[in-house]
Amino acid sequence: MVGSERFSNRLMNIYLPLAFYLVFLLFPFYWMSIVSLKPTNDLFDLQFNPFWIQRFTWENYTYLFRETAFAEWVKNTLIVSVVSTVLSLACSIFAGYALARLRFPGSNFLGVGIFLVYLVPPSLLFLPLAQVIAKLGLYNTYWALILTYPTQLIPFASWLLMGYFRTIPREIEESAMADGCSRLQILLRIVLPLSVPGLLSAGIFSFTLTWNEFLYALIFMSSGEMKTIPVGVVSDLIKADTLFWGSLMAAAVLGSVPVALIYSFFVKYYVSGLTAGAVKG
Amino acid sequence: MSRKGEMRGGAVTTGSLLERESSLGVILMLPGALLLMVFMAYPFFLGIWLSLTDSAIGRMGQYIGLRNFSDLLSDTIFQQTTRNTLIYAMVTVPFKAVLGLGLALILNNQMRFSNPIRAVVMMPYIVPTALSTLGWFMIFDPVFSPISWLLKHFGLITRNINFLGDPGLAISSVCLVNIWRGLPFFAITILAGLQAVPGELHEAAAIDGAGLWHRFRHVTVPHIKGVVLIATLLSIIFTFADFQLIYVLTKGGPANQTHIFGTYAYQIGLSATEIGMGAAIALYMFPILTVFAVILLVYLRREE
Repeated sequence: MVGSERFSNRLMNIYLPLAFYLVFLLFPFYWMSIVSLKPTNDLFDLQFNPFWIQRFTWENYTYLFRETAFAEWVKNTLIVSVVSTVLSLACSIFAGYALARLRFPGSNFLGVGIFLVYLVPPSLLFLPLAQVIAKLGLYNTYWALILTYPTQLIPFASWLLMGYFRTIPREIEESAMADGCSRLQILLRIVLPLSVPGLLSAGIFSFTLTWNEFLYALIFMSSGEMKTIPVGVVSDLIKADTLFWGSLMAAAVLGSVPVALIYSFFVKYYVSGLTAGAVKG
Repeated sequence: MSRKGEMRGGAVTTGSLLERESSLGVILMLPGALLLMVFMAYPFFLGIWLSLTDSAIGRMGQYIGLRNFSDLLSDTIFQQTTRNTLIYAMVTVPFKAVLGLGLALILNNQMRFSNPIRAVVMMPYIVPTALSTLGWFMIFDPVFSPISWLLKHFGLITRNINFLGDPGLAISSVCLVNIWRGLPFFAITILAGLQAVPGELHEAAAIDGAGLWHRFRHVTVPHIKGVVLIATLLSIIFTFADFQLIYVLTKGGPANQTHIFGTYAYQIGLSATEIGMGAAIALYMFPILTVFAVILLVYLRREE
């Protein structure tokens, strides 16, 4: 008796509301997936229940690779995300270490400065930045994104790594210094190997943010075969007729899967990065 | 060599390094600082300059003082944009915070599959917003909307709802998608705060006879106040400065009912090529963002 009462309590307070949340949060993904696996003609047939698949097909996915530049967009997104993540991490390791351990002119002010820079949104800067990119002749080159994405990544990655480096006991570094190691050797041989979780957090974060970025990619990569996945899908796959839904949803699913996978493998690191107060909500 | 000698040696080396520490610090900051200077600080000041000119794309304009800013104040579309942005941020943030708190409280209970559930509820926040928004774009479609299908199926409506085309409805529709996207961020940050609450506190309060509500008010709330405040301020800042969600769903339409600063600056600055005016629109965000950024900074410093 007591047991069943407790269960009905848990049902009302936990499982039922949780079910509502799950339906709300996951339905769009379910919808995208089933539409992407149906022949487009089935969408028009009002006899069919739209929430289920009557006839299954891969044709929307093969269409993407046969008839659109989707494969190019994947390549572009991958190159830009990997290179700008590596570049940002390198800059952030140095900056984070300097802020955590070294006293130099302006170091106090820079800590606050980096935090404020982190709050500057792309929508505030994109118009003048477009002029800078044009002047440097970087339009429709990978460099346009590889060099601008770090401005969004370095602030939070340095902030996160600074916090991480501070948790490493000073004594370890001091004894290495006594053994004659230089500061840079200490950073590379002692601090970094001890900071792998922090580096993973910062790296995964940077990678997903660049993979997902939209505004700069929309403006700086206007030629069809240089686009990234989000921009290519949004601007080249929506057509005037109504036959595009299947391939559009297939592209949205395919473009989301890599970040979803990476995230699932590294949830712990992602969440610890997020809760370090280092993310744009 | 004695231990004492080693210690002294260490101290001396550190001491002499302090001399070089200052220069090394500057050198290590340099690569990041350079990128931020060229692609963030310089564009920021260039943006201020552009906003004071009548520049168009490809043509450096004349200095015209604050005319762009004053022209905008009497521009009815800009007035609409300001109203929309305020609605967009001030309506979605409380919903995200309250619904996120609700989800966090649920996820804080022990249950089966709690790890996969925690992972999966984050998906709206993780995947590329432009792509997941395309899913909503179809869910809101005047012909194919599954919501309309369901309501018609149960006889609640006779004609499909035009979620994004109806001027009265469009802003609510884009707000709904924003809430969907941002709610998990609140849930996960608040959950981290909840897990920092020592279990003994709840037990002690329960033994003292405190009910659920009292335990929430006096044990839980004081512990998560900080994270809720930080998440709220960050969310206000980035909702204010949003772009892609609106761009994908409505491009600011219908009849400018969903334009926010970001999309209107894009339309005027790039589509209409009036880059000076566009820069002025974007800069109108700056004072508002500064206020919230300063509140956040002051709060964080006080916590330290």
